[in-house]
Amino acid sequence: MKLLVCISQTPDTTAKISFNPEGTDFNAAGVQFIMNPYDEWYALVRACELRETLGGTVVALHVGTVANETTIRKALAIGADEAVRINRDPKSAADTAKQIATYAAAENFDIIFFGKETIDYNGSEVGAMVAEYLQLPYVSFASKLSLNGSTATMERDIEGGVEELEVDLPFVVSAAKGMAEQRIPNMRGIMTARTKPLTEIQPVDFEAPSTLVQFTLPPAKVGVKLIQPDDMDELVRLLHEEAKVI
Amino acid sequence: MVLVFVETPRGLLKKTAFEAVTYAKKTADLLGTSCVALTLGSVSNAGELGRYGASRVLNIPGDALDQLDGQVFSAAISEAVGKLEASVVILSHTSTGKTIAGRLAVRLNAGLISGASALPTVAGSALHIKKGVFSGKAVAEYEIKSAIKVISLMGNAVKPEVSADAVAVEPLSVTLTKSLIRVKATKTQEGVVPLSEAEIVVSAGRGMKDPSNWGIIEDLAATLGATTACSRPVADSDWRPHHEHVGQTGIAIRPNLYIAVGISGAIQHLAGVNSSKVIVVINKDPEAPFFKAADYGVVADLFDVVPRLNDAIKKFKAAN
Repeated sequence: MKLLVCISQTPDTTAKISFNPEGTDFNAAGVQFIMNPYDEWYALVRACELRETLGGTVVALHVGTVANETTIRKALAIGADEAVRINRDPKSAADTAKQIATYAAAENFDIIFFGKETIDYNGSEVGAMVAEYLQLPYVSFASKLSLNGSTATMERDIEGGVEELEVDLPFVVSAAKGMAEQRIPNMRGIMTARTKPLTEIQPVDFEAPSTLVQFTLPPAKVGVKLIQPDDMDELVRLLHEEAKVI
Repeated sequence: MVLVFVETPRGLLKKTAFEAVTYAKKTADLLGTSCVALTLGSVSNAGELGRYGASRVLNIPGDALDQLDGQVFSAAISEAVGKLEASVVILSHTSTGKTIAGRLAVRLNAGLISGASALPTVAGSALHIKKGVFSGKAVAEYEIKSAIKVISLMGNAVKPEVSADAVAVEPLSVTLTKSLIRVKATKTQEGVVPLSEAEIVVSAGRGMKDPSNWGIIEDLAATLGATTACSRPVADSDWRPHHEHVGQTGIAIRPNLYIAVGISGAIQHLAGVNSSKVIVVINKDPEAPFFKAADYGVVADLFDVVPRLNDAIKKFKAAN
């Protein structure tokens, strides 16, 4: 079993979001970065569980600069066997997808895992793009995944419900809540992560068909309007006349 | 021409369909071109999409299209894009749309902006499109330069607008590929508006003290025609089903009105709800961080105030 888990890093939820004065670049100074939770808690952990019961290898793949190696080491500490970093600061999901697909095309993975989306851009784009490049089936938002021989049984979230399905290896999957439980790396994991292989490979050229023009900050909330608990008619009036939502 | 792919879960037109067609029609107007709607598989009343501005409504028939497979769908849609010479493709930023959009962009060699929050602006042969990023803490504006452009539309970002009459549905024939995914069973909740589409959401947290106390939340939601939701600790303790969990690791939503009852407003919760248009917070702790993100607040015991709010809304509904 050869499993690939694609991990990205995102600013921590509590991070203060700011940009350069032109609004053309994210200001990373002082920002704490974390492994994207969907990649870490669900995709990576489920891949490690499958490897533990069925044998094989889990490769953690990251597209990013050397500054992101802390995140990659964490994936190794949680249980990935080896890691690959494609040395590029990707400027779009399309760029990331092209890099991952180029690498994976030569490797014949049985399953390629993604988190269902990153918590910073929430685009949910890369998994579908990689699946299209590789012409593999893509099961999005899977909340359960079990393997029986070369057939996977999965549940995925669809509009207003859940679907149970089967698909044969190889395939691409994006992991949603429910697929696994978060794992905190233990001391042994952290120690062995230091000696596990982390290979750097060079990116391919790619000109993204869409580019960022500018970031802006939304206007600040004007502040909460407090309503007296004994005057719910007033709240209803405000929701109707001022906010116009009922 | 602007082609809008309209998803039809279980053959039905949902609110997201009317939003997508309205958005596509307005985009087509900006570009001085027409808007054509495309549906796949069996669907009832697709001609209705004409009322929201589609000058033609096309349907690709085929039983295989009644189950979602992004590989089959994106191949069929790209063939339609080629046949109709569409330059912009619009779809909804839903779980269905997300399964298709990335594949479609690769197939069409197109730039993709997913989760657009406003109409595009035209800049020569390029389009500029805005979307919310960093859990609503910022807005990013992108430019798509490719010949074909793909845009997925965030739910509740535009209001459906009727601008014309229904049209006849025309069949369109394309080559269908065979799905590699075998769907075994589908479980759906009928009669409940899914959280991703809900205009009003009533959400409750640990302040409820016990799952048996949820009656007042369900009553309030029923009066408002709202969908119920909950915070992470509530879902984790199995007080409420997991699909109700809104927040960073649950569902991110952007309803018109979000009423948070007995939820302190941890930053991870806010990340999933602070794109809501209007937020009402009910909490007995005046220091609850949620009040900082709220438009309206009531500092009070929720067990007193929620039934009273329910009564006030009933009175309002009876009078209006």
